Amino acid sequence: MRKIFKCHPGIGDKTEGIVLCAKDNFSARYDLDRVKGVFSRPQHKLFGKSYKNKILVLNESKGGVASAWMLYEMKVRDMVPKAILFNKANTILAQGAAHANLTMCDRFIDGDITSLLKTGDKVIVDPSEGYIEII
Amino acid sequence: MYLNDEEKSMLNGDFGQAKKWAIEHQIKVGKFFSASKFVNVSQAHMMVDPESIGQAGVIFLENLVNKGAKVSIPTITDPRGVDLNYYKPLGQTEEMAEIDRRTIRACTSMGIMMTDTCVNYQTIMPPVYGDHVAYGDTGVVIYSNSVCGARSNFEGGPSALAAGLTGRTPKYGLHLDENRLPTKRFCVKYQPKDLTDWGILGAIIGKNLGSYWEVPLIEALEVIPNSDELKHMGAAMASYGSTPLFHLHKITPEAKNLKIEKFANLDLIDINSSDFEALKSSFGNKGDKIDVVVFAAPQLSIVEIQKVANLSNNQSFKVPVIVCTSPQVYADSIRMGFIEKIENSGAKVLQGTCFYQQYAREIGEANSWKRLLSNSTKIVNILGGYGYTPALASMENCILAAVKGEIV
Repeated sequence: MRKIFKCHPGIGDKTEGIVLCAKDNFSARYDLDRVKGVFSRPQHKLFGKSYKNKILVLNESKGGVASAWMLYEMKVRDMVPKAILFNKANTILAQGAAHANLTMCDRFIDGDITSLLKTGDKVIVDPSEGYIEII
Repeated sequence: MYLNDEEKSMLNGDFGQAKKWAIEHQIKVGKFFSASKFVNVSQAHMMVDPESIGQAGVIFLENLVNKGAKVSIPTITDPRGVDLNYYKPLGQTEEMAEIDRRTIRACTSMGIMMTDTCVNYQTIMPPVYGDHVAYGDTGVVIYSNSVCGARSNFEGGPSALAAGLTGRTPKYGLHLDENRLPTKRFCVKYQPKDLTDWGILGAIIGKNLGSYWEVPLIEALEVIPNSDELKHMGAAMASYGSTPLFHLHKITPEAKNLKIEKFANLDLIDINSSDFEALKSSFGNKGDKIDVVVFAAPQLSIVEIQKVANLSNNQSFKVPVIVCTSPQVYADSIRMGFIEKIENSGAKVLQGTCFYQQYAREIGEANSWKRLLSNSTKIVNILGGYGYTPALASMENCILAAVKGEIV
């Protein structure tokens, strides 16, 4: 049986990849070493983990406006997640995804996406149709 | 999403390719947040520091200039990443300065005013009650929404620029009445004593909320906080919680006549002195050695600069002290002799920058700065991710620590 989780229509292109998931929040400025492509904030649950080409799954986006430019800059350098899924995105991350054409979805109707998915799952993300499928 | 004739023309490219990009971007964002239409905005404030935008961002801006981009409403900027009069001594490179110069050229060509400040509500033109604006910088947005009663979402750089070009923004989030109502109540049982305490209060509330979509109603304050106190509280709340709006019961405009009974069913959280102590204890201890002291985040007002000047007068600092302020406050501070007083003690005042937005990681590595002390609850939250071990103390204790080389 197909395992599909519906969400609000998102931003960016349909993509697939491997999940990197944590019950934590996210800011490109506060949490990342964007040159090395790893989580650099010691208190973050993904500290030391590489986010490049992952389907990043986190609770909410947080913190400053810088993340909007940063997603674009990361995308141009190809040091970026394939997609970011949140329970709830804030405005900055959604704007950044729109500018970078980075795939982003949030507001999952089946519940907490950080519980529904786990690190290592392989998923398809379809923002136009508003769903995630575990494959 | 409804588009009027002018907006359809923008989308059609009738106003040029730059406005076409801008409105396409805004429609994508508007659809994500289910906006039904646009709302006109009176000002835009853009974060565009070189560390965030990088080479890719500068090239993007230059391409917009080549497409004839011109802003259509007053559009101003957040702090820069480089004080072009003082960057080599900090270990900042020519490459960083060049990104900054190119950004300034591109923005100026578009008609953007390089105000380089995150305290525009204290120095430029504060928004008024009910004013729809498109502001970047979370500290600017939370202050403008909460203290001025203006209406803005957090607008990241590209979105603030788009708003500057089109003169509007999608009507979602904090532009709508229903998203401005309290969702949680906080009862303040310990009254803040100084700017750092106000920052800590903001941090405690922000941490508890942890969401852009929560609005705190803060009760039982025994004083009406001043602009600097609200600035530190809001900046910390936004930093820890991604919070864009707060209400102070009987104080801030949208909570002045608010009927508390209507919100009686909301969770009510007490904030005690132990909560203040718990937050402080995670940021340094008495006797800890320090490498650098920073006063920034947000940029200092003229009142804060005067206080730093008085505290610094006739002191000799053992460790570097960096003070960040806006170009507007800097000019006044020169005239009033404050900069001289501060710098005679060995400190350096930077204009138009803010420490965490100016390649904090690279500066830290170049100068072997790791243990950083500040009175800003916001900056100690940010800099952990930049390789620092940040510590928090009052302005007075930061100055004493700078003299002694350790936390007092």
